Amino acid sequence: MSTTGAPSSTETQTETDPQAATLAVIAGVLGEGGLKPSRFRDNLRVHVPAGRLFEVLSALKASGFNWLIELGGTDYLGYPGPARASRFEVHYVLKNSTTRERIIIKTGVNDPDPTLASAYPLWPGADWMEREVFDMYGIRFEGHPDLRRILMPEGFAAFPLRKDYPLRGRGERHNFPRLTRGET
Amino acid sequence: MAAPAMGMGLDETDLEAEEQDATRATWTLNFGPQHPATHTTLRLILELDGERIVKATPDIGYLHSGFEKLGEHLTFNQYVTIVDRKNYISPPMNEVAWFHAVEKLLEVELTPRCQYIRVIISELARMSDHLLCTGAAALDLGAFTAFLYSFNLRELIYDVYEEMSGYRFHPGYLRIGGVLYDFNERVLDRIRKVLDAFPKVYADVSKLLFRNRIFLDRVRGIGVLTKEQALAHSCSGPLARASGVTYDLRKDEPYLCYPELDFDVPYTTEGDSWARFIVRMEELRQSHRILEQAIRKLPTGPVNVPIAEKFPLPDKLTAYNSMEGLIQHFELIMPNRGHQSPVDEVYAAVESPNGELGYYLVTDGTQSGWRVRTRPPSFIHFSVFPLLIKDHLIADIVAVLGSLNIIAAELDR
Repeated sequence: MSTTGAPSSTETQTETDPQAATLAVIAGVLGEGGLKPSRFRDNLRVHVPAGRLFEVLSALKASGFNWLIELGGTDYLGYPGPARASRFEVHYVLKNSTTRERIIIKTGVNDPDPTLASAYPLWPGADWMEREVFDMYGIRFEGHPDLRRILMPEGFAAFPLRKDYPLRGRGERHNFPRLTRGET
Repeated sequence: MAAPAMGMGLDETDLEAEEQDATRATWTLNFGPQHPATHTTLRLILELDGERIVKATPDIGYLHSGFEKLGEHLTFNQYVTIVDRKNYISPPMNEVAWFHAVEKLLEVELTPRCQYIRVIISELARMSDHLLCTGAAALDLGAFTAFLYSFNLRELIYDVYEEMSGYRFHPGYLRIGGVLYDFNERVLDRIRKVLDAFPKVYADVSKLLFRNRIFLDRVRGIGVLTKEQALAHSCSGPLARASGVTYDLRKDEPYLCYPELDFDVPYTTEGDSWARFIVRMEELRQSHRILEQAIRKLPTGPVNVPIAEKFPLPDKLTAYNSMEGLIQHFELIMPNRGHQSPVDEVYAAVESPNGELGYYLVTDGTQSGWRVRTRPPSFIHFSVFPLLIKDHLIADIVAVLGSLNIIAAELDR
């Protein structure tokens, strides 16, 4: 049972595919049946179940994807596309610095306790990017050494980039406790 | 709904706990959030052993303004005002990166003239950014004259922005499928002025800095980043190239008309602050080369994609003086009409002065994004700072911070 819905783009995997070797690496971990590649424009994306994420990332790193370019989250609550099994998705844009190849790994997590394996042991660069995803969506990364809020204040109660959080906030700014000079 | 309780954060309690622990050999110092050498609002909590830095903990978020949340509520063309304010040192570069992602998603093919115009403003922005980085770092390290020379040239670049768009600081110049106004002869004249003034400024600044014993002593061997560390910590741009990662999106994953232009990608293997300044100075020269070629080769012809493609906003003259233009303008501006975006997502990146500036853009079929994730180079580069500054002295902070070129508006978004 996979955690993500089928992507909307056509699935292609031909013999002449320059990224076939990369897909084979992922298939080696997930098995042929579990491989769900999709393409859109020049992006190659593979949806990976949350439980197998760390294995897939490790295998990709071992095969030369030494550069974690980007890591971020998305909330699909109410998204008009095909039905998704999970509300949140996290994307990892990986790059091979010698072959210039790029691949996007996507994985889905769901409420009430969205948790993923941290990519920090593989790429220390994931440190702040995972903290930002936690800060904005409340997705926890197990194995992260210091998972604190990064952009919002420590005492902030909500996760502002979730779709059920209003654009203008819930009055946090208006009710922010002000210190007078006498209290400091 | 009741507002959540807002504590004052971890810092106060941390400091109290440290005061009670008298056996500690180290002491804590706050650097920022208001400090002249941070230039913008960021804070470092330094754990010091004498003057040696045992541990630096960055504390950011002071300028967090919810830019990514805003991107989910503004249309693609409206969002250009927000991207301008991310890296406000090189606003046109942010616009190029944003519309690069939008146009990849909508599959818009730019006209040759528009591609050249975008390359020209990208390279002007790169020059502006590198001049500020080098100049401001020199200022922090005591070399005030170099700062004045480089800022003088930046004024000429602002003159170009003013002539092309009407605004000096945040031009808001790009639109889907084109630009706001075409370049005219006066814009090109002002660009030529920048190009003519550049060699002298470059010679002056590089002599003032790289033959300056004090400056060299303060940046050589300071904040060394190895190639392996650069890759592991997701670094890109001049920071990675100073450490020997010879990757430049303009060469390695070409976009716009960069393949038609002749330029080199400078790199060094030292990886210290000095190397980062040297790489930036050399990139200035390469930008100058690109600009000279681009001005010479600038193709004639239409600048926006044809109006029939339903993406570009017609310029003011067309909108006010022709029926087709007015209809097109109306169709695009009315919220229930406009162009349709695919229900899909795309990652696209360009080489900004600081490194790879990318957008992960998810759309839901409307004219605004569902998720507008920025890949901000400043954010990723600042996370390397504790590693670079470890075991250095307090005075080295400005040398390292200056060489990273952290722009807090992009850092916090």
